[in-house]
Amino acid sequence: MVKIEINDVTYDVPEDFTVLQACEQAGIDIPTLCNDDRLVAHAACRMCLVEVEGMRNLMTACSLKVSDGMKVKTHTPKVIEARRSVLDLLMSNHPNDCLTCEKSGECKLQDYCYEYGVERGSFVGERRDLPPDESNEFYDYDRNKCILCGRCVRVCEELQCTHALTIDNRGFGALADTPFRAGRAESTCVSCGNCVAVCPVGALLPKREKRIRAWDTKKVKTTCTYCGVGCQLELITHKGKVIGSKPVEQGEPNHGLLCVKGSYATDFINHEERLKTPLIRRNGVLEEASWNAAFDLIVSKIKETKEKYGSNSLGGFTSARCTNEDNYLFQKLFRAVIGTNNVDHCARL
Amino acid sequence: MKLIVGQGSCGIAAGASKAYKILEEEIKNSGANIKLGSTGCIGMCYLEPIVDFIDDDGKKTTFVKVDEEIAKQIVKDIVASKVDSNENVISDEDKEALAKQKRISLRNCGIIDPENIDEYIESGGYKAIERCIKEMTPEEVIEEVKVSGLRGRGGAGFPTWFKFNAARQSPGTEKYLVCNADEGDPGAFMDRSVLEGDPHALIEGMIIAGYAIGASEGIIYVRAEYPLAIKRLNIAMAQAEERGYLNKDLFGEGKFKFSLRIKAGAGAFVCGEETALLESLEGNRGTPRPKPPFPAQKGYWGKPTNINNVETFANVPFILANGGDAFAAVGTEDSKGTKVFALAGKIKKGGLVEVPMGMTIREIIFGIGGGIAEDKGFKAVQMGGPSGGCIPAEFLDIPVDYASITKTGAIMGSGGMVVMDETTCMVDMAKFFLDFTCKESCGKCTPCREGTKRMLEMLEKITEGKGEPGDIEKLEELGKFINSASLCGLGQTASNPVLTTIRYFRDEYEAHINDKKCPAKQCKALLTYTIDPEKCTGCTICARNCPVEAITGTLKEPHKINPDICIKCGKCYEVCRFGAVSVE
Ligand SMILES: Cc1cc2nc3c(=O)[nH]c(=O)nc-3n(C[C@H](O)[C@H](O)[C@H](O)COP(=O)(O)O)c2cc1C
Ligand code: SF4
Ligand code: SF4
Ligand code: SF4
Ligand code: SF4
Ligand code: FES
Repeated sequence: MVKIEINDVTYDVPEDFTVLQACEQAGIDIPTLCNDDRLVAHAACRMCLVEVEGMRNLMTACSLKVSDGMKVKTHTPKVIEARRSVLDLLMSNHPNDCLTCEKSGECKLQDYCYEYGVERGSFVGERRDLPPDESNEFYDYDRNKCILCGRCVRVCEELQCTHALTIDNRGFGALADTPFRAGRAESTCVSCGNCVAVCPVGALLPKREKRIRAWDTKKVKTTCTYCGVGCQLELITHKGKVIGSKPVEQGEPNHGLLCVKGSYATDFINHEERLKTPLIRRNGVLEEASWNAAFDLIVSKIKETKEKYGSNSLGGFTSARCTNEDNYLFQKLFRAVIGTNNVDHCARL
Repeated sequence: MKLIVGQGSCGIAAGASKAYKILEEEIKNSGANIKLGSTGCIGMCYLEPIVDFIDDDGKKTTFVKVDEEIAKQIVKDIVASKVDSNENVISDEDKEALAKQKRISLRNCGIIDPENIDEYIESGGYKAIERCIKEMTPEEVIEEVKVSGLRGRGGAGFPTWFKFNAARQSPGTEKYLVCNADEGDPGAFMDRSVLEGDPHALIEGMIIAGYAIGASEGIIYVRAEYPLAIKRLNIAMAQAEERGYLNKDLFGEGKFKFSLRIKAGAGAFVCGEETALLESLEGNRGTPRPKPPFPAQKGYWGKPTNINNVETFANVPFILANGGDAFAAVGTEDSKGTKVFALAGKIKKGGLVEVPMGMTIREIIFGIGGGIAEDKGFKAVQMGGPSGGCIPAEFLDIPVDYASITKTGAIMGSGGMVVMDETTCMVDMAKFFLDFTCKESCGKCTPCREGTKRMLEMLEKITEGKGEPGDIEKLEELGKFINSASLCGLGQTASNPVLTTIRYFRDEYEAHINDKKCPAKQCKALLTYTIDPEKCTGCTICARNCPVEAITGTLKEPHKINPDICIKCGKCYEVCRFGAVSVE
């Protein structure tokens, strides 16, 4: 533990904390655009600037580690002015599209501009004017809204390990993109959507059939049903229908990551052919049945078979789409209750 | 008898290789017993190609601007024993300019053959490392460097011993030493001069530093645009290995072994920034990392790493051979030793000069550099390249030391000195440097990526006559923000040329904005060409030379320029023999 003074109050914080983490612990809000605790500190957006006693320049809270006796000021006029300048510069090279932008309502840039009173960029001059990349099946990239926070590039590289993205070109011409700006479809992208999930602005957004405002949606936390990892995700719903999903930001087991299925394969939920009840075959025809009826039938058949032919006449085959916990209980049922080791699962998708 | 041809990149560009060939032929034809050798650059670019003649008594005669004819003449004169009568013997004035310098880091440049290790050893080379290994502990080496007061010559001027010590104290056994030979400042070429003219000085300096900090592996990061430097480094490294200075247990003492390799960089200015350099070394895009952690804590592949500049390293063998005191005896209280400056711009004698710290700017520019080209008036000098600032005439007599230069708003930097005369427009000059930093910005952080572009756009606006009241204040505000909020040194200094020109030449900015006039008559959009009917004889030469037919008039009648068509090329101004064309 070290002692650090933030806005004249002393706190005890673990020595491997960044100033940002120390501020979070103290309940002090520091704006961040490029920071992601899972990634190597990038210190690029410069929103998290704070004043540190003894340092000539403003320092980035996201990259600076605490040290004993450090004195930090988080909201001095100089700091506020610097953050406003960052926003001003970003907005001067950004479409003022909030009225129609899909991200509106959950956009960090919009939120900070509101908080710091930046209505529009004050610098007139060149603006990035590039065509969007709509080549991916599941999401679009509006190049003109990118603020170069680099989170997409880094999540793809450091966590997803696909290395589909890079920062292309330099200076004012720099952009987060696929190599040679050839587009997602031409890249090694596996459509996991993790870049989309971390983009703080509306540059990366899932394709949507209908335009739906963020504040008109509901988010329901659940477990992904595609495999045994049990990733935590939020299903996004609108008027009772699932319209998409995104990873829960933190926590086991997926730490904010998903694969292509968790991110984008939610369409089946509203599919008309989707099974919604168990089916029981009667006289060669599958008929809808209640869960109770189905379970009764299963139990009676198992009992009957076991009595007649013994435990080893039964075998259980489960699915890799069940969670680990489900599969654990399933084999327990077969080994301990039914009494056979004949148990397997598909282990592939 | 020996003839030595200066064959640095500058000499070769001026025709030194050709001169060498002619000399070779002529010597053969004459049958005289004259040896022929090469050396690096002595720094007097304006006199290249330079050839030294050393007679049997050891007397040296320097010939300058040696073209094919002169080369032939030189051999003839030697054979006839009348070298002094040669017209291209260096002038006394140029000799004096050389004598005023004090050469430590360039001590062998232009004197020894860089491709011959024996010449380096004969001049006292590899004695310093021998002393270190045989007689000193690493701590004692660091102490000696501390006594010398040497500060980094790569830009920031950080005390070298402190960096050595930080890397030595940093926990871990695997440590690295890196030489920054990226030399990206436009106009600066002192590092190239050392690499091409005295590569063993760098190698020895690095071995000593490696011993001091406990790093057994060194890397020289050199820009790929320096092919000759890379070639000579490779030759020098092979020779050093052969003699047991590299890759072998040094002097059989069982104490230290050092290996060295070269990494050619692709030549981005930002890759000279130490953390971007490390990223590049690791095979990544060259973009800076946040500091702290500093390289001494977490450098190359996360290991403690010390990075120094070429000139810094080149001073180290001198310090260890002659003692820190000998180095500290030169220079001023806060800035010890010498500094190499690259004189460029509107100066008579452009080139490299090495002078004791504390010499005045006036002495460097006028005493050594010969003053302003065409004897025009001195206006300012840009020190420290695009990261530096301009220093106006009123500070000509300040001493060149770290503190004094910093006080003016400029920086010592790597030692670039671009001299400007009365015809230089300061707004245009600031725009030139901003254009450079804007293009070289890596684009990682917001203030530098977006901010330098906006500053450049405002400067463009002003020089095009579209400036508005309030622009100067906006430039100052934005400039200060970029300096205080950027991630790396590039952004943190990018505004200096603008801020210093506003500080010292605000009236020029105001003239551009308020009066739509460029006092130095450089900003084309603000110029108007007119013909004085009193002076015009109607000779028609201007009309015939105007590329866009903006000038009308009949023979022997005063001519007129149509300002709507005129593209302000200045051709009429040049060709009029009666001074009738004026520019405002
Ligand atoms: C944009 C930028 C470019 C730089 N370019 C160089 C360079 O070309 N050569 C160099 O030695 N140092 C350069 N530096 C300074 C290095 O970061 C570093 O401070 C230096 O190499 C340390 O060596 P020293 O202590 O011997 O001066 C540059 C710094 C910045 C911010
Ligand atoms: S990305 Fe954010 S700031 Fe940009 S237009 Fe969309 S909502 Fe507005
Ligand atoms: S979708 Fe996944 S693989 Fe594709 S670019 Fe984004 S993070 Fe990389
Ligand atoms: S696309 Fe989004 S996440 Fe990627 S750099 Fe741009 S703003 Fe950041
Ligand atoms: S200051 Fe400029 S060069 Fe340095 S990291 Fe930022 S954008 Fe890159
Ligand atoms: S959050 Fe710290 S610089 Fe972006």
